[in-house]
Amino acid sequence: MAQSTIKVEIKRQSTPDAPSTTEKFEIPYRPGMNITSLLGEIALNPVDVSGKATTPVTYDSNCLEEICGSCAMLINGKARMACSALVDKLEQPITLAPLSKFPVVRDLAVDRSVLFENLKKVKAWVPIDGSYDLGSGPRQAPQIQEQRYPLSNCISCTICMEVCPQFNDVTGFVGAATIAQTKLFNMDPSGSVLKEERLRALAGDGGIQECSFSQNCVQACPKQLPLTEAISDMGRDVFIQQVKDLFAR
Amino acid sequence: MAAATPRIIVVGGGLAGLAAVIKIAEAGGKVDLFSIVPVKRSHSVCAQGGINAAKDLKGEGDTVLKHFDDTIYGGDFLANQTPVKNMTAQGPAIIDLLDRMGVPFNRTPEGLLDFRRFGGTLYQRTAFAGATTGQQLLYALDEQVRRHESEGKVTKYEGWEFLSAVLDSKGAARGIVAMDLRTMETRTFPADAIIICTGGNGAIFGKSTNSVVCTGSAQSALYQQGAFYANGEFIQVHPTAIPGEDKLRLMSESARGEGGRVWVPRDRNDKRVARSIPEADRYYFLEERYPKYGNLVPRDIATREIFKIVYEDNMGIDGQPMVYLDLTHLPKERLHKLEGILEIYEKFVGDDPREVPMKIFPGMHYTMGGLWVDFNQQTNIPGVFAAGEADYSIHGANRLGANSLLSCIYGGFVAGPQAMAYASSLPAQEGDGGHAAELQRQKEKNGLLLNNPGTENPFKIWRELGETMTKHATIVRYNAGLEEADAKLVELLDRYRNVNLSDKSQWANTSFAFTRQLYNMIELARVIVHGARLRDESRGAHYKPDFPNRDDEKFLKTTKAAFVDGAPAISFEEVDISHIKPRPRVYTSS
Repeated sequence: MAQSTIKVEIKRQSTPDAPSTTEKFEIPYRPGMNITSLLGEIALNPVDVSGKATTPVTYDSNCLEEICGSCAMLINGKARMACSALVDKLEQPITLAPLSKFPVVRDLAVDRSVLFENLKKVKAWVPIDGSYDLGSGPRQAPQIQEQRYPLSNCISCTICMEVCPQFNDVTGFVGAATIAQTKLFNMDPSGSVLKEERLRALAGDGGIQECSFSQNCVQACPKQLPLTEAISDMGRDVFIQQVKDLFAR
Repeated sequence: MAAATPRIIVVGGGLAGLAAVIKIAEAGGKVDLFSIVPVKRSHSVCAQGGINAAKDLKGEGDTVLKHFDDTIYGGDFLANQTPVKNMTAQGPAIIDLLDRMGVPFNRTPEGLLDFRRFGGTLYQRTAFAGATTGQQLLYALDEQVRRHESEGKVTKYEGWEFLSAVLDSKGAARGIVAMDLRTMETRTFPADAIIICTGGNGAIFGKSTNSVVCTGSAQSALYQQGAFYANGEFIQVHPTAIPGEDKLRLMSESARGEGGRVWVPRDRNDKRVARSIPEADRYYFLEERYPKYGNLVPRDIATREIFKIVYEDNMGIDGQPMVYLDLTHLPKERLHKLEGILEIYEKFVGDDPREVPMKIFPGMHYTMGGLWVDFNQQTNIPGVFAAGEADYSIHGANRLGANSLLSCIYGGFVAGPQAMAYASSLPAQEGDGGHAAELQRQKEKNGLLLNNPGTENPFKIWRELGETMTKHATIVRYNAGLEEADAKLVELLDRYRNVNLSDKSQWANTSFAFTRQLYNMIELARVIVHGARLRDESRGAHYKPDFPNRDDEKFLKTTKAAFVDGAPAISFEEVDISHIKPRPRVYTSS
């Protein structure tokens, strides 16, 4: 695709309360560019298509190799990671906008701290006795590792939450990422000691019952986590836990 | 005496920082954890291949002493030996702990930890979780810290950037100045001790395998406040990276650990598709030149060989600066252990490395040098500790693959308790401990930047910095080039005074924060260049064709840079060689 410039339209917002505007840019083309390098070009020469001076675009990024989970945004309307979005594969004009389900901080940067709070609610950790030397961990069949490892690849990008029709202020749904982490820690030989607490945290309003099985999450996940499988497994476990708790009263 | 509960600030939430936080929280201290990004997004997440520890679960007779020797030898005897000995001794216990934390390490059929071979050793000593081990380790520590956070022992300041240490009239740390990257508020935070775990400085080289936050800014700020910066000239260029527009993406050494082979066509004019070139017409130059270690020679050596193949032998693929890293012959189960990195190649290059040999070239990767620390991880500024890639200990002149994750956790595990011990015997501060003065100094810097009427674009200055440093201070170094580089750096510092921010707003102003980092990057670049200029020998990653041999008599010494009158003043310090006698470093034959 030989071309000299790339057309980009970016939805911008200077503060959380400011109105949003769209700025249009034409960026010199180089082969192999991705969205983050394109944003870097704008920082180098922050001038819009009409020649008006503007400011570098604010966005979150860090690793630039789709493992830190920072640079999720809407690219041509689709929630995806900016670093792995290659310009050559995108239709122009390329539109960039912040994720729509999270509070905008500025431009393309949003506040996704809700995910980290959710991870606290389900106690997504192994409650080890201490970090001193207590000898080797429990043996674990490779088959278990094969199931746990893909879940542990979650990069907390929140794309699964962005694309979920149920993730909104009305339902307060925790979202697929947190449910997958629940499964991960419930499967761990030592982590399973908190299994019941985790399942109870996923019961009730905003819990796993809010899932409507649209399956958007599993299709959008950049790391191909088996999210719907995790949701259905945890849905079953939450139900069993609720029944148990009912009879234990 | 200080308050009953020591208050420690940890700056940086990668593996080293989180390891320190865990130790402090366990010991009953209060921790404030500062990080530019949410800690789960720290650069440790990019480490791929694994973590070393001599568990000897493959019946090879591996021992911690062999791990110790491999590390010292791999580092060309520049590392102080006592901390390396301690680290390798703690390796097996650290792996066990990570296993207990739930890291999904790969397993053997019996359910034990699996190990792979890495560079610079003949033993299978590297525990791994697929090819995303750093991510898995970082998450495990992140989860433990989240647990301590939920119990009120840790307060996170994510989205805050460290600007400087607050030093009292005696020069001891009493806190830090930090900037909120959203509100741009700059304020001080009190602490009895601070631990700097801010990683490497890849951004100084423009493009590297490092993450965006790896600027070295915090280390440089402390160096400008009086901390020694040691062995700055030792920069690891990783042999196998994917060249890219915005960064160089790492292609893990584990690709070779699992059997990947590096080659070029024997005939430089061979235009055939890689897979159709028969074995006899392929030049496996690492295997032929290093029959014992083969593709798993240490990184500095592999990098120089690839550089020579391309620039001296003119044998790069299609005349380009690239060689093949070939995995296409590997069985499925081996490829499966590399999924994470195969995906990266596929996504960013567009070719499937299971079918087509990857095209790679060396890229700036790791900072062996760093803040000078004693064997308790304390810098020469009382109360300022450092750990991980941000400090200089452990790796000497060249880091062995899969030793970085271990050194980060080890360093954090030492720094945390040592900072606690220091804090508990710290006398109460006099007056305000220097808080008001330091805050004023930082606010003035902010004001100067925001009101500067100049014409220089900071991102353009950064680009020139990166080009200069990559050209003169990476794989091959010449004194004339280093002098040219330093002159350029002085010019950039001068032009920096004329910098103009296109964004002067006071909300989530990323270019403002970047421009502050940029100044520190240029000052630290001078440390790298000065250290390299004065070291007239070749050792590990530092290679000067005009001085091709190691010179123990003159340079078996740690380089220490001090910031004197606005420039690096270099002195040299003896290296601790109390355990292993230095010997020639030869990987060519058995």
